[in-house]
Amino acid sequence: MMAANPQTTAEANVRDVTAMVASRKLYSAGFITDIEADKVPPGLSEDVIRLISAKKDEPEWLLNFRLKAYRRWLTMTEPEWAHVDYQKVDYQSISYYSQPKSMKDGPQTLADVDPKLLETYKKLGIPLREQEMLAGVQNVAVDVVFDSVSVGTTFKKKLLEAGVIFCPLSEAVKNHPELVKKYLGSVVPFADNFFAALNTAVFTEGSFVLIPKGVRCPMELSTYFRINERNTGQFERTLIIAEAGSHVSYLEGCTAPQRDENQLHAAVVELVALDDAEIKYSTVQNWYPGDEDGKGGIYNFVTKRGDCRGARSKISWTQVETGSAITWKYPSCILRGDDSVGEFYSVALTNHRQQADTGTKMIHIGKRTKSTIVSKGIAAGRGQQSYRGLVRILDSAEGARNYTQCDSLLIGDQCGAHTFPYTEVRNPTATLEHEATTSKIADDQLFYCRARGIGEEEAVSMIVNGFCKDVFKELPMEFAVEAQKLLAVSLEGAVG
Amino acid sequence: MKNIESMLLEITNLHARVEEKEILKGLNLSIKPGEVHAIMGPNGSGKSTLSNVIAGREGYEVTEGTVLFDGKNLLDLEPEVRACEGIFLGFQYPVEIPGVSNITLLKAAINARRKHQGEAEIAPNDFLAWVRDRAKLVKIDPKMLSRGVNEGFSGGEKKRNEILQMLVLQPRLMILDETDSGLDIDALKVVSDGINALRGPERATVLVTHYQRLLDYVQPDYVHVLARGRIVKSGGPELAKELEEKGYGWLEAA
Repeated sequence: MMAANPQTTAEANVRDVTAMVASRKLYSAGFITDIEADKVPPGLSEDVIRLISAKKDEPEWLLNFRLKAYRRWLTMTEPEWAHVDYQKVDYQSISYYSQPKSMKDGPQTLADVDPKLLETYKKLGIPLREQEMLAGVQNVAVDVVFDSVSVGTTFKKKLLEAGVIFCPLSEAVKNHPELVKKYLGSVVPFADNFFAALNTAVFTEGSFVLIPKGVRCPMELSTYFRINERNTGQFERTLIIAEAGSHVSYLEGCTAPQRDENQLHAAVVELVALDDAEIKYSTVQNWYPGDEDGKGGIYNFVTKRGDCRGARSKISWTQVETGSAITWKYPSCILRGDDSVGEFYSVALTNHRQQADTGTKMIHIGKRTKSTIVSKGIAAGRGQQSYRGLVRILDSAEGARNYTQCDSLLIGDQCGAHTFPYTEVRNPTATLEHEATTSKIADDQLFYCRARGIGEEEAVSMIVNGFCKDVFKELPMEFAVEAQKLLAVSLEGAVG
Repeated sequence: MKNIESMLLEITNLHARVEEKEILKGLNLSIKPGEVHAIMGPNGSGKSTLSNVIAGREGYEVTEGTVLFDGKNLLDLEPEVRACEGIFLGFQYPVEIPGVSNITLLKAAINARRKHQGEAEIAPNDFLAWVRDRAKLVKIDPKMLSRGVNEGFSGGEKKRNEILQMLVLQPRLMILDETDSGLDIDALKVVSDGINALRGPERATVLVTHYQRLLDYVQPDYVHVLARGRIVKSGGPELAKELEEKGYGWLEAA
């Protein structure tokens, strides 16, 4: 669905999955057993971390890295500066190596799944089999894993020919330990913040990508299918390295709903771009947002950071955030290399009781570094929406430039939009521009559309999509289409 | 004798208020297919209220009377259903919708109507050809079609854009609310040509205007004077000329 050629890849995936299931029956049985056996009791301690590390057969340095982070985490306090209000997580009640939902308690068949979720996915046009896997139904969850592997496999040959490494992080630890050791934690240090330290201590899986020197990755890499793995591991870790002159576009789709109450998702993503390299990282996040009354939903506390380490390198974040009960997320760029470029394009929508505090940090270190921030926040229902952004220009950043545009759209009169822009400029040659608007969907605009025959919900969706256009045009085509549909679904019932 | 069967729009004893203020106070108006009616009157007489009540805008409360469109009770229908049934309101102040292209709006509108009539969506090529062809009639550059709805348009461009939408949608009843205001003579001609292009035995037009000027280009069959919430005088095209000379004072006093 997310791949370069959706039609043919989807068909190829179905074929591959069938073949995989046939050839790897043993593995699938083993997998289910593994899950039963791998469950550790709730609670976090050095023993649990040692257990995770042992199960993954990790080298000593990685275990020490985890333990160092854990010991620091014990001394840290959960951040409270964000404009969000939620019941704090009891970290001793979480199981750090298990499926979030026990197989027995989970929905046994599609009929047990919340019909609202099913309806949502039907509207999204996600096929039934995928629908089953998204809802985490027991017997299809096996499919999920196969689906995930098949995507890797389908592309593996082609990627290998290009020299691209795209594999689970745990596999990279085994096969490319020197690379992982060199880069892991080099962008987001182990004690960077409370949630990053927690992730470093307990992360279970994630992706590793390396694009070798001068290579333009022959296809878009996607974590879309892997999302179901994340249901079991709530602390994934992604590491992407683009060597000199390389180029990669990476897509992360989070269309997996969760029925559990306030599940914590604390991921870390690290990007490294060397000289002249370019990384484009796109996210469509639709974690379960909780119900109309704010019951349930994901706490999405994520640290994403890119390091433009090389001269003329470029890192571009594009995110469409429609899910989660609470979002705390600031994909950032460290513009270290001279003439490097950082971009952040964001659409965040909060409906019902959702709260989002999201934005970016652009740290200008190199000369003539340039950053662009375009943030579109939409609040409906009783949703709360905050943009929080930092533009920091260091002494060394001669001739740095930043452009920030930050717009909020309110639907109804019970929601809120807030803007917290911070700037720190230590070099007088810097140029900063900041534009901000807050608007309401005017009754005039709605009536205008309706007077042309367009129904109210379609009109709202159309107006909102227009508002988000500057961000959507940054997304790969299939993602942009999905994002538009997602906004429409997320906004249903927001008016009238 | 009125024949209800042949009426396209039949307004009987219409009372309507905005907030607490009664604006329309027993208005009667009957329009047959093929006719062009001009509604004139001083500021605050209720002209725009009448347009908005017919189109179904929120905030306009009908307290008494009926409005039948093609025999159906119009007041029971949502604004979008009225539009799909064939009512078109050309706005006095068309709004801007940033980021939503004209072409997107037109396509959504045309398909909404087709859906309402149980037809399939229009084929993209047919749609584009149809819109480009209509755009020529009102001298709209095809490039403008991909711009945001009325985004950064001049006053004249906005009005021409209204007429373009009307030409594309081919409504049965066109209500043009002061479409002529703020137009220079060239733009007025273009807009009039657009209105005349749609004149035909199956559709009717209501021109809401302050001035005789538009009526030189779009010849009305009937002219009505609206004052204090009612139609106080009706006549042929000559009435408009009389109003131009004498103003409204002599009617308001009556």
